[in-house]
Amino acid sequence: MGQLNIQNLSVNFHSREGIFQAVNDIDLEIKEGEIVGLVGESGSGKSVTCNSILQLLPCPPAEISQGAIHWTNKDLLKQKEQNMERIRGQEISMIFQDPMSSLNPYLTVLEQVAEPLIIHNLATPEEAMQQASDMLVEVGVDRIRTSPNSYPHEFSGGMRQRAMIAMALITKPALLLADEPTTALDVTVQAKILSILKEACKKLKVSVLFVSHDLGLVAELADRVVVMYRGKVIEQSDTNTLFRNPEHPYVKALIACRPTLENSSNRLPTVDDFISPGDSKPKAIKSPPSSAPLIGKKTLVETKGLTVEFTSKDGKVRAVDDVSLAILEGSTHGLVGESGSGKTTLGRSILQLIKKTSGQILLHGLPIQEQSSLQKLHFRKSMQIIFQDPYASLNPRLTIEQTLSEPMTVHGIGKSKQDRKDRVIALLEEVGLNSEHLSRYPHQFSGGQRQRICVARALTTEPKFIVCDECVSAMDVSVQAQVLNLLKSLQESRGLTYLFISHDLGVVKFMSDEISVMQKGKVVETGTAEAIYRDPQMEYTRKLIDAVPRANRKAEFYS
Amino acid sequence: MMSAGTSNSLGKDAWLRLRANRMAVMSLFVLVGIFIVSLFGPALCSFSYEEQNLDKVFQSPDRVHLFGTDNLGRDLFARTAYGGRISLAVGLLATLVSLVIGVSYGMISGYAGGRIDSLMMRGVDVLYSLPFIIFVILLMVLFGRNFLLLFVAIGAVEWLTLARITRAQTLNLKNTEFIEAARALGFSNLRIIFRHILPNLLGPIIVYATLTVPAVMLLEAVLSFLGLGVQAPMSSWGSLIKEGAEKMDAAPWLLLFPGLFFCVTLFALNFLGDGLRDALDPKSSKNG
Amino acid sequence: MKKLLLSRLLQAIPTLWVIATLTFFMTRFAPGGPFDSEKAIAEEIKVKLESHFGLDRPLLEQYLIYLQNLLHGDLGPSFKYPEWDVSELIATAFPVSLTLGILSLLIALCIGIPIGMVAALRRNSWMDYLPMSLSMAGICLPTFVLGPLLIFALSTNLGVLPPVGWYGPEDWILPSLTLGLFYAAYIARLTRAGMLETLQLDYIRTARAKGANSWRILTKHAAKGGLLPVVTFLGPAFAGLITGSFVIESIFFIPGLGKFFVTAAFNRDYTMVLGTVLFYATLIIFLNLLVDVLQAWLDPKARQT
Repeated sequence: MGQLNIQNLSVNFHSREGIFQAVNDIDLEIKEGEIVGLVGESGSGKSVTCNSILQLLPCPPAEISQGAIHWTNKDLLKQKEQNMERIRGQEISMIFQDPMSSLNPYLTVLEQVAEPLIIHNLATPEEAMQQASDMLVEVGVDRIRTSPNSYPHEFSGGMRQRAMIAMALITKPALLLADEPTTALDVTVQAKILSILKEACKKLKVSVLFVSHDLGLVAELADRVVVMYRGKVIEQSDTNTLFRNPEHPYVKALIACRPTLENSSNRLPTVDDFISPGDSKPKAIKSPPSSAPLIGKKTLVETKGLTVEFTSKDGKVRAVDDVSLAILEGSTHGLVGESGSGKTTLGRSILQLIKKTSGQILLHGLPIQEQSSLQKLHFRKSMQIIFQDPYASLNPRLTIEQTLSEPMTVHGIGKSKQDRKDRVIALLEEVGLNSEHLSRYPHQFSGGQRQRICVARALTTEPKFIVCDECVSAMDVSVQAQVLNLLKSLQESRGLTYLFISHDLGVVKFMSDEISVMQKGKVVETGTAEAIYRDPQMEYTRKLIDAVPRANRKAEFYS
Repeated sequence: MMSAGTSNSLGKDAWLRLRANRMAVMSLFVLVGIFIVSLFGPALCSFSYEEQNLDKVFQSPDRVHLFGTDNLGRDLFARTAYGGRISLAVGLLATLVSLVIGVSYGMISGYAGGRIDSLMMRGVDVLYSLPFIIFVILLMVLFGRNFLLLFVAIGAVEWLTLARITRAQTLNLKNTEFIEAARALGFSNLRIIFRHILPNLLGPIIVYATLTVPAVMLLEAVLSFLGLGVQAPMSSWGSLIKEGAEKMDAAPWLLLFPGLFFCVTLFALNFLGDGLRDALDPKSSKNG
Repeated sequence: MKKLLLSRLLQAIPTLWVIATLTFFMTRFAPGGPFDSEKAIAEEIKVKLESHFGLDRPLLEQYLIYLQNLLHGDLGPSFKYPEWDVSELIATAFPVSLTLGILSLLIALCIGIPIGMVAALRRNSWMDYLPMSLSMAGICLPTFVLGPLLIFALSTNLGVLPPVGWYGPEDWILPSLTLGLFYAAYIARLTRAGMLETLQLDYIRTARAKGANSWRILTKHAAKGGLLPVVTFLGPAFAGLITGSFVIESIFFIPGLGKFFVTAAFNRDYTMVLGTVLFYATLIIFLNLLVDVLQAWLDPKARQT
């Protein structure tokens, strides 16, 4: 019998549309001192499971229809609120995904870290503040000594998450629940937070339930992994076994469809490859790496000394600092960096969505200046962009047909309304949708489908160059693989050139022929994708590669 | 999750949600009722609103005079219905003025951004903190009581809230990806404003316009109460209430009926506005 | 914090100057205004006005005299009652309105905030629906309807409270109640909305996860964020209380600044009207400064602007 024992748990959500079963009769066990990873994509029910342990789900609309959660001779689901208040923060603590919104902006960080001690009467107010200060230093927030009255908005994301960890561990709980604690953080910060978490928990002998959508990340940390899919636990075993010998086809797919740093194939396997009726063997994954396509290609888009400066209350900030890039026709140039690196600003300024401060942007060797409106229109036809958030990328008031035909109307493509409609249908089919989607509205589609529509929209003007601005970052791994495959096949069929921007090194490497690494507005290193990975020249590049969880680097676990 | 079959536009979804809100639907019926009474009441009533009958002064409500009579023997029902015309007219027209000024101001300020925006909004902030009614009164004192001036002045008071809301929404929208996509696709600013921004602004604008009407009516009523509103013989509910308040000991119905009509109208408008706000709530339409 | 105060004060000065200048030019050039040569005015008044405003001097000089007078707090003689100075009249009447205003505000806050908080905590129960429906009714029941009704009910019929006048503390009850209840309704709704929105936020969930009980969450965590809309509302509320005072003082025959202003407007007492307008404008600007400071005190992020 483990320390925490979930049995037959089922959780329903009631809404106007009906009852949705988020968790369907699951069992889960956490032993003392163990770190258990709970992995699943969106809609798997992992967060709901985690939140129901401490009864933090809003009931209604949630309803725990059956099950028991055993903890030190009690069933947590049967406890009165008063008892739960005693357990929360003292026996079982929790940290959440977004440290900015999870910390109270009106209270100082120190006060909030000290609070659990005060709530549970474990120390006097003065003692509590002192212990909080010590704990914060322990997790690496040294500046609490010099500025003890800091507020959350004065800290960076990584610092805030460290504060949350301090806050959760200050009462030395027996179990820590961590709900996607690193998802909102940069890769290098993520690595640090993980190590702090692992160290602190091992030291204080705290068991951990670590919820995440990133299988590779969980492999770094967990002793055991539990995989959930659509409300059910489909597999659980210790980490090594899961990766070496996954049993369930979905788990095999999850492992396989991540673009790892070592993977050099042209196509990612998708969930469909694994969960198709009857066929348990995946289609060929490893195709020979495409031979160097870079020789003999012309430069399509180029920047020379491009600088973008912003004025804020702290003074002038150089988001992009003297960047010179050359992107070859028909190739994909990857741009990788963390937040604040300037990669997004660079992409948008090439498309003239953000005004550049100085430098040149060249298309086909000719500089793009403040042009006449006719030239501008031509420029807009050739260069397009796909954004990160598929929910915000489509006008909610227009049907798909309207959204896709409008650019054609503006640019004079298509001879009649019917002609345009036919072209729109052709585009939809090209991205894997069909004509019955024409009269629908964006809110009726899933995230992956909306992104496909955005791809179709980018193609309406028959562009040569497309900037992909973190366009798969907001997606589940399985959906990501589909969209990436789509982008690659479109590149082949249409001869497109991509500037592929992402913070995820694995994804960038999969997509790109050449990669530029950016940090604080400057390009730190440029090289072919393989060269950057095998032989990084600069310190920062090495740091980025090291920060990638081991399991996301090698595809060694599955062949 | 894709919903099967019929594609509901966001407008249709909102309408369905509104229909489910009983209070809002009731309010709508009440408002329609009051409209009809105000519009056709004076015509259907056998008495005109200004017909004086000094024999029948201060009559309490009976079969002949549904609401009673006032100090000059005038039929209160006719007067109340007629007062409705004035109050509602001022309410709607002044709201229209506010709408036009406020929405244009807010859209331009929000879309232009930068220094133009800060300058324009600084002006709004300054004006917002001043009790405009004081200046309206000042204007009335200096320029005389002109019906047109009245509702332009009132409209000019309420546009500030609409401007602020429009600007906030425009700013939000301007930074969304689908607007950036429109710019990347080479759409002209005009096309973006009218085809992409404005339709997405409609929701909050409708809500606040509905809530502006009662605010405007209240303002007009206060002015009338203070003797600075519409001039006799035109009388809005505000002036009727004023007379009623003065004669309350003798004839409480003179206050009760116009007061009731006025309050119920405000009530219904506020509930409708609240219902619209809930129905158009973007949070509920985000499936995902 | 000090920077904020200073910057707001500096902002206030040009605003006041603009208002003063606007009113100056409006009155000089308004048709039918006091300085219209066609108007038939009593001789003594004419003389006094001319000497005070320097009507025989060129326009620019008149303007400078006007500004100078303002800086000294001299608003000129009353148009209708030239023996009285406008500033004297204001000084007598304002304390009355101030008392009324403060009492009404206290009533509004002390009733509105607790009701709003309870409604938010007990959402969708009768403790929510009842007060919220009442407050909705309260917003729709303007003071000039509620006032006479209260007089009718409590004074005329029940004889519990004195109806009109401002002689002693018992006279304060009905007027401040009428005005206060109206704003209590607004504040209750704002508090409820603000609290509900705050209670949905992530950091409240964190507080719960730490084992905080409802009381602690309400007072220590949710209160500051939830009450911020109420503090923001104080600005327009002050403006509204001033407006409200016109109506209330008229109904209850209270000799406050509002009644003086309305009477002056009705009587076309131009100097009194102008003087009061300027006084109110200055008052509002300082009240808004107070609100800004209060907001900055509550919200650490606002302190940096």
